[in-house]
Amino acid sequence: MSSNRLAGIVKLAFVVGSLQLGSIGLAQADTTILNVSYDPTRELYKEFNAAFAEKWQADTGETVTIQTSHGGSGKQARSVIDGLEADVVTLALEADIDAIAHATGKIPADWKARHENDSAPYTSTIVFLVRKGNPKGIKDWSDLVRDDVQVITPNPKTSGGARWNFLAAWAWARAANNGDDAKAQEYVAQLFKHVPVLDTGARGATTTFVQRGLGDVLLAWENEAYLSLEELGPDNFDIVTPSISIKAEPPVALVDGNVDAKGTRKVAEAYLNYLYSDVGQKIAAKHYYRPFKPELADPADIKRFADVKLVTIDEFGGWKEAQPKFFADGGIFDQIYKPGQ
Amino acid sequence: MAFRSSSRRRWQFRQPSVIPGFGLALGVTLTWLILIVLIPISGLIWRSSGLGWSQFIQLTLDPRTVNALTISFGTAFIAAVVNLVFGVVLAWVLVRYRFPGKRVIDAMVDLPFALPTAVAGIALTTLYAPNGWIGSLLEPLGIKVAFTPAGIVVALVFVGLPFVVRTVQPIMEEIDKEVEEAAATLGANRFQTISRVLLPGLLPAGLTGFALAFARGVGEYGSVIFIAGNLPYVSEIAPLLIIIRLEEFNYAAATAIASVMLLLSFIMLLVINMIQAWSRGRYGNVA
Amino acid sequence: MSLDTGSASAALVRAATSETRLARSILIVVALGFVVLFLLLPLATVFIEALRKGPAEFVAALGDPETLSAILLTLTVAGIAVPLNLVFGVAAAWAIAKFEFKGKAFLTTLIDLPFSVSPVISGLVFVLLFGANSALGPILQSYGIKILFAVPGLVLATVFVTFPFVARELIPLMQEQGTSDEEAALSLGATGWQTFWHVTLPNIKWGLLYGVLLCNARAMGEFGAVSVVSGHIRGQTNTMPLQVEILYNEYNFVAAFAVAALLALLALLTLVLKTALELRYSDEIAASRRH
Repeated sequence: MSSNRLAGIVKLAFVVGSLQLGSIGLAQADTTILNVSYDPTRELYKEFNAAFAEKWQADTGETVTIQTSHGGSGKQARSVIDGLEADVVTLALEADIDAIAHATGKIPADWKARHENDSAPYTSTIVFLVRKGNPKGIKDWSDLVRDDVQVITPNPKTSGGARWNFLAAWAWARAANNGDDAKAQEYVAQLFKHVPVLDTGARGATTTFVQRGLGDVLLAWENEAYLSLEELGPDNFDIVTPSISIKAEPPVALVDGNVDAKGTRKVAEAYLNYLYSDVGQKIAAKHYYRPFKPELADPADIKRFADVKLVTIDEFGGWKEAQPKFFADGGIFDQIYKPGQ
Repeated sequence: MAFRSSSRRRWQFRQPSVIPGFGLALGVTLTWLILIVLIPISGLIWRSSGLGWSQFIQLTLDPRTVNALTISFGTAFIAAVVNLVFGVVLAWVLVRYRFPGKRVIDAMVDLPFALPTAVAGIALTTLYAPNGWIGSLLEPLGIKVAFTPAGIVVALVFVGLPFVVRTVQPIMEEIDKEVEEAAATLGANRFQTISRVLLPGLLPAGLTGFALAFARGVGEYGSVIFIAGNLPYVSEIAPLLIIIRLEEFNYAAATAIASVMLLLSFIMLLVINMIQAWSRGRYGNVA
Repeated sequence: MSLDTGSASAALVRAATSETRLARSILIVVALGFVVLFLLLPLATVFIEALRKGPAEFVAALGDPETLSAILLTLTVAGIAVPLNLVFGVAAAWAIAKFEFKGKAFLTTLIDLPFSVSPVISGLVFVLLFGANSALGPILQSYGIKILFAVPGLVLATVFVTFPFVARELIPLMQEQGTSDEEAALSLGATGWQTFWHVTLPNIKWGLLYGVLLCNARAMGEFGAVSVVSGHIRGQTNTMPLQVEILYNEYNFVAAFAVAALLALLALLTLVLKTALELRYSDEIAASRRH
C-alpha cells in the first residue's frame, strides 16, 4: 500500500515535471497542430496521432504535437466558426464542415473533392446495441416501434451520429414502403415516440443505455457499438445488424485559413493524407471503422464487419439537401416533435 | 445611466461624508462592472436587437421556445416551493433544537454552493436513475424521477436549498423569545403562535430565499442536463435550447432566448431587492 | 408535558413557546431526511464511485497527464479570477456600504446580475463579444491575441460567474458595522489608506475570507460557462469540471468520479474552513449572512 502510494507520488512528480518540460519544449521547436473531431473518435485518434508523430519525425526530423478536441459534431463546428484554430477538422458529417466553409470561408467550398472517397478515409454504419441474449427479440427496424420496446438515440439537433440514425431509419422505412416518403415519415415519428431520453451526444446516449439501464435498444455507430462491447463488457450486450442501414461517411478537411495563418499547412496535409495510408487504414479498421481501402487493413479486422445493405446519403440528395430538409429549424425532425401529434 | 442623469445635479448625488475613497472605490467598481458585466451583456442585447422587433417576437413566441421557458420557470418554481417549505423546517431545526451531528448538517447546507454543478448532476443521475439506489426503490412504485421533469426539480432543489436556509436562518436566530412568550400569555397556543406571530416575521426572508433559489434554478444548466431526459416539449430546459440553437448555427434564436431569460432574471433581482428594501423598512433588519 | 413546572400558567407558556416532543422529533426527522436525500447521498455517491476499484486506481486516475493539466489549469484560472474579484468586491462594498448616493439600489442589482444569469448565457456573451463573427474578433486576431478557447476566455467567463460573491458577503457586513470606527481613525489623523488597512480590513477580514472561499469554490467548479468558451482541447483548455465530463464520456467512470471526488473534497474543505471561521467569529459572520 505505502509503496504503491510512494510510486504514485513519484509518478505524479515525474508527470508534473515532464509536463513543464513539455511546455518549454513546445515554446521552442515543436510544431503543434489541432485536430477538432467529434465524440467517438477519441480512441482512434489517440493511436493515429502517435503513429503520425513517429512517421513525421522519421521523415522530416521534426517533432509534431497533435492536440485533439472532442465533442458533439455541431458544437465542434460552432467552436471552429467562432475562432477555435483547428488545423484539420474530422467531423461526423459533411453538413458540419459545409457550415464552417460557408460561415468562415476558411475552407474552400470544394473541400470534398480534395481527398479520395469524398474526403471520408473511413466510413461506418448504424447498428443496434441490445441487452445480452436480445430478450426483446429485436431483429430489424420494424421491431423498434413495438409497444414494449424503448429506443435510445441522441438528439439529431446536437449529435451528428443521431442524424445518421434518423436517416438510416428513414431509409429502411422508405424501402419497406416502396419508396413512400410520407410512410417513412410516419414510421420515424412513431420511432421517436419510443425514445424516452434525448441525450445531446452519442456518448451520452451510450451512457444512458449502458450505465442507467434505460431502453431496450441503442441506435449507435457501428464503431461505438463495438467499442462499448469492448469497454463495458461483451457479457452484457449484443450487436444486431438491421437489414438496411446507411453508409455513414465522417469526412475530414484541412482548414486552409488557419494552417496558412499558422504556417502548418505541410504537416496538416501530411496528417490527413496519412489517414489514407496503410497505417491509417489499419488503425481505422482496428477501431471498428470500415476503412476506405479494406485491402490495406488487417483481414481479421475486416472480417468483423457484418454484411449489410447500405444506402448512401446521395439517396437523400446529399447533405446539402438533407440537412435543411430534415434537421433545420422547422424541418421534418421539428415537425415530428410538434406536441399533440 | 441612472448615474449620468443624477451626476448633473452633483450636490445631491451623494450625501457628504468624511470617509475618503468614494471616487476610487466607485471608479474601480464601475470600471470592473462595465468591463466584465455590462459590455458583454450589451453585446448580447445588441446582437438580438439586430434581429428587428417582429423577428424577435416571432423567435421568442416559437412554441418550442415558449415550452422550454415554461419548463425552466415551472420546474424552478416547484423546486423553490419545495425548498421554501423544507428550507424553513431545516432552518428551524438547526436554530432551535439540539441533536447529535447538528454542526455537520449545518455545514452541509452550503454544499450545493461549493460542489460543481456537473458533479452534482452526475451524482444525482447515478442515484435517481431506474437502476440507482433511490431510483430502484421508486421504480416498483411506478415513480420515475431521472429523465423526467421530476428529475429537473430534484436537481434544482439541490442547487437552491442553501439560498432559503441561509436567508431564513439568521432571522430566526434573532427572534426574541419574549415575543412568543407574550403570545402565549395572551392565550395563543403553539400553532397560533407559529402561524400568526412567527411565520409572518419570517415572510420577507423566506420570500427572498425563495426568489434567489428560483432565479438560480431558472438558469441552471450543468446539473440539469444529465438528469433531465432533454425531450423537446417535455423536459427540455431553456439553457439547453440556447445550446441547441447555437449548434444549429442559429445565433439569432440563441440570442433571442438568452435576452428573454436575461430580462426575466433582471426583473426577478429587482423584485428581490424590493422585498429586501420593504422588509428593512418594516422590520429594520439591516441598518 | 413537563412535570417539573410549578404553576399551570408557566406550563401553558412553555407549551406555546416550544413544540411537543413528538412535533420536535417529526421536524428533526423530516429535516434530516431531506438533507440525507438531497445532500449527503449525492456526495457519498461521488466517493463510492471514485473508490469502486480501490484507492490505487483512484490515485492512478489523478496521475493522468491530461487530468493533471486540467488541475493545473483550474488552479491558474481560479488564481487569476479570485484576486480580481477580491479587489472589486472590496471596492464595491466600500462604495456601497460606507456612502449614500443616488442609484445605489440599481448598482447593487447590477452587481447581483451575474448571480442569476444562466451560466450558458455567461459563456455566450463572451462568444458573441470575442468570437470570429463579432466586431472585436477579427481585430484581436490580427494582433494575434487569443481570448476564446484559451486561458483569457476561461478567466473572463469565471470572473463573470463569480463576480458578486465577495461584494455580496461584504456589503451587509460593512453596512452593519457603520462608519464610526473609520471616522474615529480619521479624526485621529490617519490617512484614508491607513484607516482602511488598520481599521476596516481587520473588521471585515473573516467576512472577506468567507466570500473568497465561496468565490474560489465556484470558480473552480464552474461548468456551463467555461464549457461554452473552452474549445475542449485536451490537455490545454479543459478545466477540472470539463475533464469530469470528458472522462465520463470515455466510459472512464472511475477516473471521472476521481476528479469529481477531488472537486468534492475541495467543496468539503471549503465547508470545514467556513465552519471553523463561524465557530471562532460567529457574531461577525452571522451579520455577514444577513442578506
